[in-house]
Amino acid sequence: MSTVDRPAGAPAKSAYRQMEESIDLSTMEQPLTGYGDGASHELLTLNMGPHHPATHGVLRLIVTLDGEIVRDLKPIIGYVHTGIEKTAEQKAYWKAIPVVERMDYLAYFFNSYAFCGAVETLLDCEVPKRAQYLRVIHMELNRIMSHLVWLGTSALDLGAMSMFWYCFREREAILDLFEYSTGQRMHTRYFQVGGVMEDIPAGWAAKVKEFAEKMPTRVDQYGALLNKNEILLQRLRGVCPLGEAELLELGVTGPLLRAAGNPWDLRKAMPYSSYEDFDFQIPVGTTGDNYDRYACRLQELKESSKIILQALEGLPEGPHITGDRKISLPPRHELATSMEALIHHFKLVTEGFRVPEGEAYFPIEGPRGELGCFVRSDGSSKPARVHMRDPSFVNLQATAPMCKDAYIADLIATLAMIDPVLGGIDR
Amino acid sequence: MEVVRSQLSPASKEDFRIQQRRSQDLLRGDLDGEELEAYVQSRIITTTLDKAVAWARGNAMFPATFGLACCAIEMMSIVAARVDVARFGFEAFRASPRQADLLILSGRVSIKMAPVVRRVYDQMLEPKWAIAMGACSSSMGVFNNYAIVPADKFMPVDIHVPGCPPRPEALMHGILKLRQQIQLDPALGWRSRYGAENTIEVLPDEGDELLKAAAQEDPGTAMEVPGA
Repeated sequence: MSTVDRPAGAPAKSAYRQMEESIDLSTMEQPLTGYGDGASHELLTLNMGPHHPATHGVLRLIVTLDGEIVRDLKPIIGYVHTGIEKTAEQKAYWKAIPVVERMDYLAYFFNSYAFCGAVETLLDCEVPKRAQYLRVIHMELNRIMSHLVWLGTSALDLGAMSMFWYCFREREAILDLFEYSTGQRMHTRYFQVGGVMEDIPAGWAAKVKEFAEKMPTRVDQYGALLNKNEILLQRLRGVCPLGEAELLELGVTGPLLRAAGNPWDLRKAMPYSSYEDFDFQIPVGTTGDNYDRYACRLQELKESSKIILQALEGLPEGPHITGDRKISLPPRHELATSMEALIHHFKLVTEGFRVPEGEAYFPIEGPRGELGCFVRSDGSSKPARVHMRDPSFVNLQATAPMCKDAYIADLIATLAMIDPVLGGIDR
Repeated sequence: MEVVRSQLSPASKEDFRIQQRRSQDLLRGDLDGEELEAYVQSRIITTTLDKAVAWARGNAMFPATFGLACCAIEMMSIVAARVDVARFGFEAFRASPRQADLLILSGRVSIKMAPVVRRVYDQMLEPKWAIAMGACSSSMGVFNNYAIVPADKFMPVDIHVPGCPPRPEALMHGILKLRQQIQLDPALGWRSRYGAENTIEVLPDEGDELLKAAAQEDPGTAMEVPGA
């Protein structure tokens, strides 16, 4: 990271460039001590990424290798930085939802719910029970979808290629359900502040039920394919474990923490969106190795199916969005008869709703851990600050302690089991 | 896919009958010697080598395994059973750009990522093509802010696939359009017009040298060389 000497007569460095070069990066270059004797035995620094098929996105890792053993590892991020948090500040609250949704692109319902939840907290808005249940159904379908993409691509990294096709078969089934109810496969913008955009179409519930009943048997089939696969087991069992205490220190949440035996799940710990109504279990592991991370997620697929079935069973009748005309658009038919509805519609579409001053943090349990949204309002119709606590970002910190003194092949397996989504990390 | 159907004219119907008769003769071995040679010459597929090569190239594209963001997930699903790109022979995703000849820009390209994308593109061997998948890599999409660069700014793109993200079917359509473009060559030479051919990979310490060489060759159009 040395500065490049510029020839005489070159234009002076900009203030930004000077600032950039003034940052001390010597710790990045500092050689590790205690390994090898220097002459016959050297450490090798290897660059992995940002274009690498096994880093699940555009993650760049600077790996220090002692032979085949990883001694040190530095993730470099920012290759899909999209400026989403800043863009959200320039949009009215209801127009910010599509932008926020595109952060963690495998958990779009979670992103929009974290944002809507924070805004609802600021507005002190009551969400109808039916909307809460519909949100639960969609989020749990999304969790299954996210885990399926994880399972398919991770198994691909570990050499179990056919898994990819089975997982994507089920993923297509879920995306068909999303398309049926929301009109889009990905980034649906279905959740709104105060409820959901539209009520579910006729026949959707039956299709979801059919899918959710089928899913546990599918999970058993995946297990039958993978659980006795010696190659896979050798790369998972006992590989790269990290204890509960260290994970908590790093702030790791989600399946990674649960694999180490800590049953922390915000759906149970701080129930939101009526999660207290459902009977489900939190799968936990024992040692926190790669196998536990894998097994926990596989069980979560089954638990999510259970929640979906219960939510469909108890789906209450009633409105799908709050009746507060200051927040939600009036129904179409009212526009023709009610002047007041027309005014509200106009105000909402042009300016958006105003949110009282204050700040709120709304954490939910995403597929990768605690996904929280912080919103600060200055009383206008646009948020003053939006910040996401993305689980992938925090979990990525654990890569180095996990992979220290492991083989480089295990680094690939561990990275697959951490399941980082770079869109969420870089935002 | 467009299928062109044309009706046989009465004359060509007659030709067809004659051809049938002659092939029957051929099977019976009635044609031989000079007569056979003349027959083969009249029946040989007359085409230029270029056309044959273009046909082969269009049917054997190797996309690079290169995912950026949301669209990468939809790009992966074209390999899955529903859309199944293997039907057309483009399923061999190559992890190394040296083995690939199609770069699918699946997602948003940030300013930090753009040089990397360009380098991957430069590392690919000619002939090579690029598809900008999704709104972000075509026009900065829904974000449209300081962090995103549209792909056209830094590399030649053959096909833009709209959508946010595009459905797998849409990407499939884009790939088939690219196949059509390669086979029929309707690009009308846009690559040579924009200097989009024969890009080379430049290592960081070679850049200034190359700029100097370009300045000597053509002082009018060359870029400013720092310190020259």
